Amino acid sequence: MASRQFATFEVAGQLFGVEVHTVQEVLSYNEYTPVPLAPQAIGGLFNLRGQVIAAVDLRVQLGLARKALEGPVMNVILRGDGEPVSLVVDRIGEVVDLDDDTFEPPPDTLSGPTRELVVGTFKLDGRLMLALDVHQAVDTSRATT
Amino acid sequence: MEDLGEIVGEFLMESHENLDQIDRDLVQLEQDPNSRDLISRIFRAIHTIKGTSGFLAFGRLEKLAHAGESLLSKLRDGAQPVTPATITTLLATIDGVRSLLAEIEESGNEGQVDVEATIAQVNAQMKAGEAAAAEAPAAPVADAAPAPEPLDETPARPAPEPVENQRRPIGEILVESGAAQAQDVGSALAQQIEGDERKLGTILLEEGKAQPAAVSEALQAQTPKRSIADSAIRVDVDLLDTLLNMVGELVLARNQLVRGVMEIGDTTLVRSAQRLGMITSELQEGIMKTRMQPIEHIWSKLPRVVRDLSQGLGKQVQLVMQGKETELDRSLLEAVKDPLTHLVRNAVDHGIENPDERIASGKDPEGKLTLRAYHEGGHVAVEVADDGAGLNVERIAQKAVENGLLRPDQIPNMDRRDIMAMVFQPGFSTAAKVTNVSGRGVGMDVVKTNIENIGGAVSVDSTPGEGTVWRLTIPLTLAIIQALTVDCGDQRYVVPQVAVLELVFIDGQSTKIEYASGAPVYRLRGKLLPLVRLDRALGLEVGADQGVYIMVLQADGRRFGLVVDRVLNTEEVVVKALNSRFKDIGLYAGATILGDGKVGLILDVSSLARRSHLTADAERQNLEASSRASGKGGSGERLLVTAVGERRVAIPLDTVTRLEEFPRERIEHAGSREVVQYRGQILPLVRLSHLLGAYGEEPEGDTVSVVVYSEGARSVALVVDRIVDIAENSTTARRDAEEDGLVGTAVIQQRVTELLDVRRAILAADPNFYTDLENDELLVEA
Repeated sequence: MASRQFATFEVAGQLFGVEVHTVQEVLSYNEYTPVPLAPQAIGGLFNLRGQVIAAVDLRVQLGLARKALEGPVMNVILRGDGEPVSLVVDRIGEVVDLDDDTFEPPPDTLSGPTRELVVGTFKLDGRLMLALDVHQAVDTSRATT
Repeated sequence: MEDLGEIVGEFLMESHENLDQIDRDLVQLEQDPNSRDLISRIFRAIHTIKGTSGFLAFGRLEKLAHAGESLLSKLRDGAQPVTPATITTLLATIDGVRSLLAEIEESGNEGQVDVEATIAQVNAQMKAGEAAAAEAPAAPVADAAPAPEPLDETPARPAPEPVENQRRPIGEILVESGAAQAQDVGSALAQQIEGDERKLGTILLEEGKAQPAAVSEALQAQTPKRSIADSAIRVDVDLLDTLLNMVGELVLARNQLVRGVMEIGDTTLVRSAQRLGMITSELQEGIMKTRMQPIEHIWSKLPRVVRDLSQGLGKQVQLVMQGKETELDRSLLEAVKDPLTHLVRNAVDHGIENPDERIASGKDPEGKLTLRAYHEGGHVAVEVADDGAGLNVERIAQKAVENGLLRPDQIPNMDRRDIMAMVFQPGFSTAAKVTNVSGRGVGMDVVKTNIENIGGAVSVDSTPGEGTVWRLTIPLTLAIIQALTVDCGDQRYVVPQVAVLELVFIDGQSTKIEYASGAPVYRLRGKLLPLVRLDRALGLEVGADQGVYIMVLQADGRRFGLVVDRVLNTEEVVVKALNSRFKDIGLYAGATILGDGKVGLILDVSSLARRSHLTADAERQNLEASSRASGKGGSGERLLVTAVGERRVAIPLDTVTRLEEFPRERIEHAGSREVVQYRGQILPLVRLSHLLGAYGEEPEGDTVSVVVYSEGARSVALVVDRIVDIAENSTTARRDAEEDGLVGTAVIQQRVTELLDVRRAILAADPNFYTDLENDELLVEA
């Protein structure tokens, strides 16, 4: 049975996951430079070992209110095309091995911005994990409603 | 063929260099037709290309080079004089070689490049030369003019030329100088023959048969004295870039360390940190130097460009180059190349007049085009100066008005140079006729954009009848820039120092920000400087007008002031590219890591400058927006107090264009609206008394007082009963409005006064008033 590894994290009480190979690293950071006039979903910029990384607020991408970037905030840094980009999340979860048979397409009842970001649902013990489309999740030009 | 790849690559690189040299030499030869030195040098270079291409089995290339060589040998032997026509033919040959090389580089073989035409041209040239030689001196000297070298399919491989720059075998040199034994050299040679791929010197070194110093000395001796190019090694540019990036990081780390150490205050640590600082700076300088190349690299093609162009246009142009050795960062050189070529072409085409015209105006028929490069305060200045007719300022002004770039009334107050700078606007051309060289209105704006993209600046100055000077100011390097850090709305921003002319502190007393119809300005030595508030441009909360700094910036040929909260210090910062998702904002040129490790945004000065052009309108809209939103427009705002019936209504004076009185009988009706003919326009009227529901007695009198409000081509007039006063709004008590058409009430001059919602009033008069403006997205502030 084919299985895949997912890095999981929580946003607004919901468990999300991205495939492990898309993740460069996970770190907590607390100094962000806001970018005036940038798309809403850009939480700010930060310095990752000399590299300037844009932090994308997953809450905004999911159509929720923006998270105030005060104090340490967890970042899931995705490799991205050409340059890393960070997803700001609430809490980091475990890395889980998931069999393909626990996968199902997103439920029909899922709607709104979340629907566009999610490629499927994995049934974990006791809770559901939504697998994110990495490209969509960091696409800040996407109109968020 | 794979093994050949590297050899071919080397051949291509070498040949390109040689061709550039040949180009230069040919152009020089035309000036100095009797220089045997030049001819021999060109001959040798072509010969090398021919030899190698024969070895690499590039038949056509060999044939073409051979043809060129044959013609050159006639010139060398004096059998044929050097004429412009021969030079042209030889240049064409060189171009042919170039296109073949390009094809080889692209596809690995000679492709379909046609060489026959060029070869025929060369042959014709040689025949013509012979004919001339035969006729001219009808000399009895055995008319056995050397038969034209037959250009058969397989040109006889020429005997090795006794070329001076042939390298002497290194073994010979070593033995001669006593640095190595003849037998060691012999055995090393034997090893090479057996397939040892190492070089002779390497073998000797590794076997301890010679001293490294002796070998490197011999290598230098072996190298024919040509140029410094030979004492250099080729390094991959990517490697240099990586090194440069790492040094950039080192500079950052040093900045952070120095800051930290200063805080701790330990003297030993401070000393080490300073030492580290020094070493880092030197290292940075060294790495920068590796990327530096003399500007000659991009100038070398220009003599040819000038020659071809001036010949085509029937002009005589002498090209003078000063400061060839001035060095610039490699990537910058690349970026400057095209703009510079454009300026040179433009100067030959438009700057320098025809010989007749020049004679008529008492000048030397030969025009002079001077390229000058020099260092100037952390920048490199490159000038392209011609001694032509100069720019026609009146015509530029006229054209700018025609194109709607300027209003006629602006012209008299403008500086000559500011008017001239209009030529950098897109689509601007004053050329009477479009030639294939220039005059299409593309070009100068591209020059400007390209130069500004690399953080440089372009300016032009011209004296009628004496010539024009185009001046490029280019930063020495791209990656690290001198910058000023500024504070605005508790964030730090970075402004490239190249754009900063001066700083002014606004204390609100002796120096203050003033408003011209809503647009903030500052009187800088008597001249009005348009201001851009950085907080407003960034969509942040707008701060006070006092205790702030104005940075006088220059970009886009415009001068403007950027209002920031605080100016901190100058710093060298490493520019990091910003992700494309921030490009659309258009306000940031990049980002950098500041001394405290935080990311700082580098402001794009020219896009801010473009904004300054619009502030007059944007400012006004903002003012309304803010007064509409909260009614708390900035303190000290000036108000026009009017009487409407029993009420006092205040209108922000900044939004008012004019006050007028109209005879009552001039009011006409269009549909349900009242209008007045005014300066050839139909001016819609709205009675504030109606709008505010203050129906009362119409005031007596034959005239009505109106407040005219204009934006762009549109105007509306608000009819009031009376203009009462102009008052400073030093609001003590203020309440938000509960009534339609008002934004609030305030106590002004001890009387309760209502503040008019100007936008609503205007829309009541003309519902379409803002439509056109708002379609222009630039005017809509985010």
